[in-house]
Amino acid sequence: MGNYLLRRLIVALPSLLGISLILFVLLALAPGDPFGELASNPNIPPEVREALRVKFGMDDPILVRYLHWLVAMMHGDWGFSFASRINVDTLILQRIPTTLYVIGTAQLLALAVALPIGVYAAMRPYSVFDQIANTVAFIGFSLPTFFTGLLLILIFSVNLGWLPFVYRADINATGWQWVWEYIKQAIMPVAVLGLFQAASYTRYIRSAVLDVIRLDYVTTARSKGLAERNVIIKHVVRNALIPVVTLVALQMPSVFGGAIITEQIFRIPGIGSLLISAILANDTPVIMAVTFVFACLVVLFNLVADILYGWLDPRISFR
Amino acid sequence: MATVSVVVLALLALAILIGPWLWPVSINDIDFTARLAPPSWDHPFGTDDLGQDLLARMIYGGRISLAVGFAAMGVGLFAGTIIGAIAGISRGVVDAALMWVTDLFLSLPQLPLLLLVIYLFRDFLKGLVGPEGGVFILIVLVIGGFRWMPVARLVRAQFLSLREKEFVEAARALGASNLRLVVRHILPNALGPVIVAGTIDVAAAIIAESTLSFLGLGFPPDIPTWGRLLFDAKDYLDIAPHWALFAGGAIFLTVITINFIGDGLRDALDPRRVM
Repeated sequence: MGNYLLRRLIVALPSLLGISLILFVLLALAPGDPFGELASNPNIPPEVREALRVKFGMDDPILVRYLHWLVAMMHGDWGFSFASRINVDTLILQRIPTTLYVIGTAQLLALAVALPIGVYAAMRPYSVFDQIANTVAFIGFSLPTFFTGLLLILIFSVNLGWLPFVYRADINATGWQWVWEYIKQAIMPVAVLGLFQAASYTRYIRSAVLDVIRLDYVTTARSKGLAERNVIIKHVVRNALIPVVTLVALQMPSVFGGAIITEQIFRIPGIGSLLISAILANDTPVIMAVTFVFACLVVLFNLVADILYGWLDPRISFR
Repeated sequence: MATVSVVVLALLALAILIGPWLWPVSINDIDFTARLAPPSWDHPFGTDDLGQDLLARMIYGGRISLAVGFAAMGVGLFAGTIIGAIAGISRGVVDAALMWVTDLFLSLPQLPLLLLVIYLFRDFLKGLVGPEGGVFILIVLVIGGFRWMPVARLVRAQFLSLREKEFVEAARALGASNLRLVVRHILPNALGPVIVAGTIDVAAAIIAESTLSFLGLGFPPDIPTWGRLLFDAKDYLDIAPHWALFAGGAIFLTVITINFIGDGLRDALDPRRVM
């Protein structure tokens, strides 16, 4: 297992490098000076601007600039936010726990909804339950998250007044009330993100279980007299989950995309809304850093998927 | 479901295409006496915060949203088919390298990169071909540029199995060049699943464009795409919910019908059907 993990890590590194190269080339190819904002800002003297240009090596050949940039990124020197006047890494570290909390809860909700429904639908293919689940899943992933978010706000905040539609990091309450407020404000964002994912997961899980359930070893398990529960949970689901893990990992980029949208709708102070406000403020260092962080998170979750893979199917880790 | 969807989508497209003749109201007429009016006979879809007619704006926005969707699908299919075909016909290093690039693109966080590219290149293209055209080209290229990977994989997989078939061997024995083999013999046989993938890509591209507009980073504010209408409507949810509902409903209807059509096509082409 250790060996397998090491191999996966070695495979993950080049893709991180590739992503950083793509990011850098984009920045370098972009017309205009990323420091143009500084030039038009009368508060910044030209010497400072020149010093920044030299510090970022704007006049060096492109390969040298890339290497410099890469080394700086790895040292944690991510630059300085033009808009907020603090270091980019502090800014991101402040924001990232909220994003991970919302995404993590949403993924748990998605799996908690999709697993039972998908498995049950596959156990009775083309039954009424299956048809309904299929249709609902279809509607679910055809509804863009920005629309469902607005719909939920319209229903639960505007019409019913049950839930707050602005996410606040500082709630002035203590004890259980604090916990309750905290949960209440997270319900809608997590539901929007989680149910959207659940819709596509349900279809994956259904088709994966359908592929497995008619195999001979399942019939063997049944004919041994095992309870249906045991057959499904221990024999079918574990094997069906292997392709599902891949698909979940492939979904990660779109999960982060959804997170950006939900953070923007509910004004959650995470890195997604940071990205949007940085773009609106022309804050180049923050934009680059946040995009890179998103890329790293995707690679990280792919790694987690690989580990899960090894656990679900021990044969893979020995190959 | 798929046939119903084809009809609904066709009606929708028709309404968008001939709408301006049937409903000749300007999208920019400002009427402060009818601000945020709910649907009525004068304004079937109501009005927005400047009293502009929403039906006219929806028709205009629909043209852009659908055009972006289909154009981006075209870009994605074109790039994906070429890359997949090159990877599929050549063995060894070229194939491996192209597939590595494909996997790399698949693991890129698409929305942040989409935003980054648009942020970096927006002003440049605006200066080159004007605000509307510049953003259109940029959005189409970028959305298409992030959607070619599944197509490339599909085409490569098709090529790998097709190039060992007898009819390809026969053509090769007759002295057909590699290019002729690919274009005349293999590609036409590989296109079925690609078209299915393309159908679903249209929906994804429409969602991507609406997302950009919804974040306020797509087309300029005076061009009412469906996503833009939602973006503008979200601050008036309490007084004018009809505004958001019509725009969001249009996106939803388009996307779900396209998805149903794609699903129907896949079912029809998939020999491995479980009964």
